[in-house]
This record gives sequence, structure tokens and C-alpha cells, in this order.
Amino acid sequence: MSDIASSSFVRKDLLTERPAPVKTTGFVGLMRTRLFNSPTNILLTIVGVLLLWFTIIPSVRFLMVDAVWSGKDRAACLTENAGFAVGACWPYIQAKLPQLIYGFYPEAERWRVDLTFILAAALLVPLLVPRLPAKGLNAGLFFFAFPVVAFFLLHGGGIKGFGLSWTAGVLELFDDSIIGAGQAVLGVSKTSAVPPVLWVVGNFIVLVGVAISWLILPLTWLRDQIQGAGQPVWGDFAVTTVIVSLIAFGLGGGWRTGWRALASSIATFIAIALVIKLMGLDRGGLPVVTTNLWGGLLVTLVVSVTGIVTSLPIGIALALGRRSTIPLIRIFSIAFIEFWRGVPLITVLFFATYMLPLFLPGNFTVDGLVRALIGIALFTGAYQAENVRGGLAAIPRGQGEAAAALGLSWWKTTSLIVLPQALRHVIPNLVNSFISLFKDTSLVSIVALFDLLGSLRASFSDPKWSTPSTAFTGFAFAGIIYFIFCFGMSRYSLFVEHRLNAHRRN
Amino acid sequence: MSTEARNPPPQIALKIRRILGGKTGWNGVAVQFAFAAILGWIGYEIVSNARANLENQHIAAGFGFLSNNAGFDVNQTLISYTGSDTFLRVFVVGLLNTLVVSVVGIVFATLIGFIVALCRLSPNWLLSRVGEIYVEIIRNLPVLFQILFWYLAVLAALPNPRQSISLLGIAFISNRGLVIPSPIGGSGLEPFLAMLALGVVASLALRFHARRALFREGRMIRIWPTVLGLLVGLPLATMLVFGVPFTFELPQLKGFNFAGGSRIIPEFVALTLALSTYTAAFIAEIVRAGILSVHKGQMEAGASLGLSRGATLRLVVVPQAMRVIVPPLTNQYLNLTKNSSLAVAIGYPDLVSVFAGTSLSQTGQAIEIIAMTMGIYLLISLLTSAIMSVYGWRLSRSLGA
Repeated sequence: MSDIASSSFVRKDLLTERPAPVKTTGFVGLMRTRLFNSPTNILLTIVGVLLLWFTIIPSVRFLMVDAVWSGKDRAACLTENAGFAVGACWPYIQAKLPQLIYGFYPEAERWRVDLTFILAAALLVPLLVPRLPAKGLNAGLFFFAFPVVAFFLLHGGGIKGFGLSWTAGVLELFDDSIIGAGQAVLGVSKTSAVPPVLWVVGNFIVLVGVAISWLILPLTWLRDQIQGAGQPVWGDFAVTTVIVSLIAFGLGGGWRTGWRALASSIATFIAIALVIKLMGLDRGGLPVVTTNLWGGLLVTLVVSVTGIVTSLPIGIALALGRRSTIPLIRIFSIAFIEFWRGVPLITVLFFATYMLPLFLPGNFTVDGLVRALIGIALFTGAYQAENVRGGLAAIPRGQGEAAAALGLSWWKTTSLIVLPQALRHVIPNLVNSFISLFKDTSLVSIVALFDLLGSLRASFSDPKWSTPSTAFTGFAFAGIIYFIFCFGMSRYSLFVEHRLNAHRRN
Repeated sequence: MSTEARNPPPQIALKIRRILGGKTGWNGVAVQFAFAAILGWIGYEIVSNARANLENQHIAAGFGFLSNNAGFDVNQTLISYTGSDTFLRVFVVGLLNTLVVSVVGIVFATLIGFIVALCRLSPNWLLSRVGEIYVEIIRNLPVLFQILFWYLAVLAALPNPRQSISLLGIAFISNRGLVIPSPIGGSGLEPFLAMLALGVVASLALRFHARRALFREGRMIRIWPTVLGLLVGLPLATMLVFGVPFTFELPQLKGFNFAGGSRIIPEFVALTLALSTYTAAFIAEIVRAGILSVHKGQMEAGASLGLSRGATLRLVVVPQAMRVIVPPLTNQYLNLTKNSSLAVAIGYPDLVSVFAGTSLSQTGQAIEIIAMTMGIYLLISLLTSAIMSVYGWRLSRSLGA
């Protein structure tokens, strides 16, 4: 013990304190480590400062410092009147704001647009906050009820019948087309080289058509009775309610377990009746505002929301079709997806505007906005199909096999086991597609629809407001609106991605 | 009591069932018949309606209109074109215009995209923030918005040709477009071009030889001085012998406009600017993701083998990053080509603008014209994806996967 103590050196006094390490946190630390730590970095920092100096300062000057904030016409925004180099001309935006938001929607009816916006926000916000309950009901309201209500709110007009009349009408049209096709084949058979074969085929098709017309006879008879009565809408509504509720009851399991389905069906129909009564749809509804009067942000939002709502079912159907083992369905899905993904959206819009009317019966005119919507739905549907397919591929085989082992059918396996997981996987991708859809809605301005960008462009030609800074002001305003929507969506997608990957964080 | 194994039952019926109906067997066949019937019905409706509608509008179906005179002018043509040429020539003119704006846009988009990606990856805090702001702003604005912004706001705000902005006195930019010097072939043009081609071919052959020597015998051959001599020295030497290959004709302001030089129309400038800056934001993200996808350990492993930092980047990091970068990059190139169809909004004479726009409104042959336009875009994208799948196949083979 003692020899160790004697041979070793034991310090008796304290060491002087070393200086504190170089600070690497906070603003000073940031400057030291990330901005000025080497000659190259100093040079890069100077380049960055110069870049910001020549972009941020002029922008701020244009938007705020040199801007004109009030005035009645272009005179207020001219340099010689204002006395300084004029930046943004905000009174121009003020004057054009109704046009940029509503287009030519009649002034007295604009409350309908506002109401639709409020409804959409009220339904969408709870859907986006993960913590809030009743997602299923909320999604049902937003994706099914809201589009219908919004249509009658924005477009106006009423209904003359209900489910039964519509079903009967569609079936009748379908049947007429089949009989027409059969007769066309019969007509060809008279001049063709193989008359007997064509004659047989034609007669067979006509026979099928006649059989269908006999099958749907009760439906059409009931329709005619209802239309002849005093209250066609309510009569039809009552019959439809009874039929659909009974079917739901039967499918739900009859006397044993069908009560729940029956109750929800009746509740749905009561809600529909309330909406019909409230909006007076049976008595002509609100005054009609044709879509050529719509414009501005209204059209942008209508096109993008419709695109979002319709493209997802199309995408899911195509993705399932592409993974199907049935050859014809798989080939069709692949061809369909690759076709729409291979062409630019603008040619799709041209297709919908110029080619689609030729494919429809001559007496059947489709509204310009609806045509664009069809084109966008097909186009986006193909992109969504690829997103959904990615999600489907990420689900392990074992999930489907386990479901099959439990005795679930293909439909139940897909809708209860595979799709919910797959869709949750690809929410960020779906939202990214929605962002590009939102940006792409600006293309409808090329096919003579006045969305936000189209209205903006139209407002440039107003001589009352033509100043050197008008175009820049307009683009700044529209740019801010587009940026808020797209940036908001992309942040939301990041938030969801973060939440979904919570278990993978370390 | 025989102990032989029984023959397996004949599987032909099963196989046929599988081919015809997939996993679901005969049910699948039935579904296919129903599906085919529906498709056939829709097809019948489309054809019969289209025929009836065309008859009502007195339009003759078919591609005969392609040989008719177009009768309108196009303000940018790469091949000679006058108003008395046919619609087929209009189609080719529009296609070439689409391709030229796409190629120029792709070059600039790649350049800007790589620069922005390097900015975002830079250790310098300020520069990476600047790159991030650029990407966020550009990605969140519609491309049509950007095209119109450049065309209606920026280019329209430029002064007229008399007060045009001079770039070093050789190029002038004004609201009538960009005027640049145009090259005029001199006496020595042909030998110059021939020698240049020879130099390129010889350098490629040399590189092939050097790689072969490296892989077969492990011999390093330094080829860059020779390549430099072939690519620069040889044409220079020809120039001394045969004279100057071409001279530049400088644009001169005469009256209210420029004479001489070649004018690039403002639509082209706006479209190229918008498309390349827009696509660059996406390319920057792709490149950044690709470089970040290479593990840090790869760099350290390269260093521990004694490779220099540049050699590690060139031989280890970049090849692995390229594997991640190339497929989405091609996709962006394809997107740029497709987005160039937005030219129709500002009147740049691309395929959609002159063919699906002007020609369609003149002839009314909607079905043929839109089918041709969609077909050519589809062809381009299918070709690209075919090339990409070959690339992916080669890549997976070379990685030994």
C-alpha cells in the first residue's frame, strides 16, 4: 500500500479551468459551423445573401412598400399620379375579387356559393383531423351526400322523379340500344356474305332486348302510374324507400340480423327527404345558374373536388382489375391505365371537349364543365390506380390467405382486409396526386372554362385597370391562393406520413 | 397389390381453365364474356353515334384531309413550310416544334435541377435554405400559371426592340423575343465538321480500348490528353489549313426591329423558361434523394481503400446514386415533354397548338386529329418506358440480383 502511494504522483492542487468549447448551438453557433467555417463557405454565404437580396427585397417592395392600396380605377396606379414607382395595384384585385372567386355567378345568388364553401369546410376539417370520431359517417357525408347537395345548391333546379323513375329510365334506354343494335345486325345480314349467321345473331340480340323489356315492365308500369299521380316526387320517393329498405333488410340477414340495416336505410331516406324538402327540390328548387356563368375559384374548387371524389373509386377499380388473374380484365385495365398516363392532360381535355360529344347520341348534349370533369376523372383515375396498386403490392400475401382461411369471399377479403390497409399505406401518395390534380385544374382555362387562372387572364384585358403592374399584381394574388392550397395539402401529407410511420421512428 | 405410384391425373383441362379464366376458373370465363359483351355494346354505341353525328355535320371520316392545303401560317418552323402545304406537313412542323422545346427544356431543367440539388445538399445553411425555398415555391404553383406569368407579365414588361436589353452586345432581349447571332457557314465548314466527327469517334474508340485494357489486363491507360488533342486540336488544326468554318452574323437594330441574327420568338422563351424552372424543382428533389440514398459508409469505405474524395464520388457514390436517380429522372423528362403541350395557352406553335388547335377548327376532323395527337404522345411515352425497362433489366443483371 505504502509503496504504491509513495511511487505514484497525486496532484495536490486544482487544475486551471479550460476555456469553454466553441459554441455550436444558437445563432452564433450556426454562423460559426454552417455559414463562416471555411473560405468556400464564406463565399457561398455571400452568394446566398446576394440571391436573397435581389429577390426578397424587390418582392417585398413591390407587394407592400410601393403598393397602392386604394383607388377607383387605373389612374390611382399610374406612376405619374401616385408620384412614385408604383408596385402592386391592390385596388384592381379589390375590384376584380368577385370575378376571381365567383366568375359571372349572379350577384343575388352568391350566398349559395358561400354556403357550399362553408359546408365543404365543415365536412372536410373533421375528416382531416385524425383525433375526431365518426370517420365513416363523415367520409360518407363528404363523398356521397355533399356532392349531390352541392350540385343542387350551385346549379339549382329540382327533380321530377326519384330512384324508381331514374332506374326505369336508364334501363329503358339500355334496352332500346340493345334492340337497336340487333336490328342493325339484321339490316347488315341482308347484304352480307354470311347472312344466316348474322341473321341468327341479330335475332338473338333482339330477343334478349325484348326479354329485358318484359322483365322491366313492372318497373316502367309503376313509373307511369307514379308520374300520372299528383305528387310524383314523393310517391316515387316512398316506393323507392320501401323497395331499397326491404332489399337492405333482406341482404342484412332478414328477421334475425337485418334490423340494423333497415334502420340505417330508413334513417338515410329520412335525411334525403329532409334535404329535398328543405331545398324545395320537389317544387323546382333554387333558380338555375348554368355552368357557363360559373368561374374563378369556384370552378377551380368544383373541378378539383369532383376530380378527387370520382378519381379514387375509378383508381381502386382499375388497380384491382390490374391485379386480377382474369386475363381480359387485366389486359383492359393495363391498357386503360397506360393510355391515360401516356398522354398529356390537355389532349385529354381536347378529347373530352371535341370528341366526346361525337360519341354520344345526337339528342344528348353534355355541359362543357361536365365534359371537362369526365376527362379529368378518367385521367386522374389512371394515376390513382397506380398509387393504389403500390399500396396493394405492399400488403403481405398472408393477409389475404388468412382471410381466405377464415372463409371470407374475394369481395369481403378485398373490402375488409386488403383495401383498408393498402389505402392507409398510400395516403401520402394519394394526397400528392390530389396536389397535382389541383394544379392541373388550371388547364381547363384552355378549353374555355373560366377557372381562377382563366378569370385572372380575362381580367387583364379590362382597359379600366390596365397599368404596367396589373399583370404582376394579378399573378401575385393568384399565386398566393394556389400556394396556400398546395402547400397546405403537402404539409398535411407530410403530417400523415409522419403519423403512419410513428412505429418506425427511433 | 401394385406399389407403383399412380400417374398424376391429366392436367390439360385444368391448365386451359387457368389460362382462360384465371384463378376463378369457369366463373372467370363467364365474367369475361359479360365484360366483353359490355365493351362490345359500348363500342357499338360509340361507333353508331359517331357515324350518325358525323353524317349530320357533313364531315367525311378518314385521313384524306391530311393531303389538303392547310392555308394558315406558322410563326416558327424548323422545316420549310408555307400556307399552301398540307395538313400532314403541319403535323410534322408541330411535332418538331414540340420536340425542340422539349429538348432545350430538358437540357436547362437538368442543369438548374442539379445546381439546386447541390445547393440543397450544401453544408452552407443559407444556401440550402435558398434551394428549399426555390423548390417549395415552384412546386406548389401550377405550371400553366408559371408559363402565363413569364409570357404575360415578365416578357410583356420588357421594352420594345429599340430599347432592348443588350447582353454583351451580341444578343438582345425585348418584348419581341430574343435575338441571337446566327452562324453562317464558311469555306472550311465541311472539313471542320468531318474532323470533329472523326475526333469524337476516335475518342470513343480510345475509351473503349482503355476500359478493355483495365478490365482484362488491369492496365491503366491515361487517355485524357489524347482525347483533348483529338477533340480540340484536330478541328483547330483543320481550321488553320482550310480557313474559318463559320462566322457569326450579329443582329443590328434597323428601324423598329432587328435585322440579321436569328430571332427566337417570345413564346419559345417563355415556355422554355417556365418548363425548365418548373421541372428543375422536381429534378432537384430527385437528385437530392438519390445522393442521400447512398449510405454514408460507402464514402468511408472508399476512403479506407485509399481512394481520393473525388475518386470515391466518381467511382462509388455517383454510380449508386444514378441507379436511384435515372428512372424518376426519365419520368420527369417525359412530364416535361407532355407539359410542353401547354404551349397552346400562349400560342407557341407546338403539336397541340397547330394540329389539335388550328387544324381541328379548320377541318372539324376531331376524331382523327385528336387520335393522331394522343397517339404520338403515347408512342413517345411507351418508347421511353420500353427503354427504361431495358435499362432496369440490365441494371439488375449487372448488380447480380
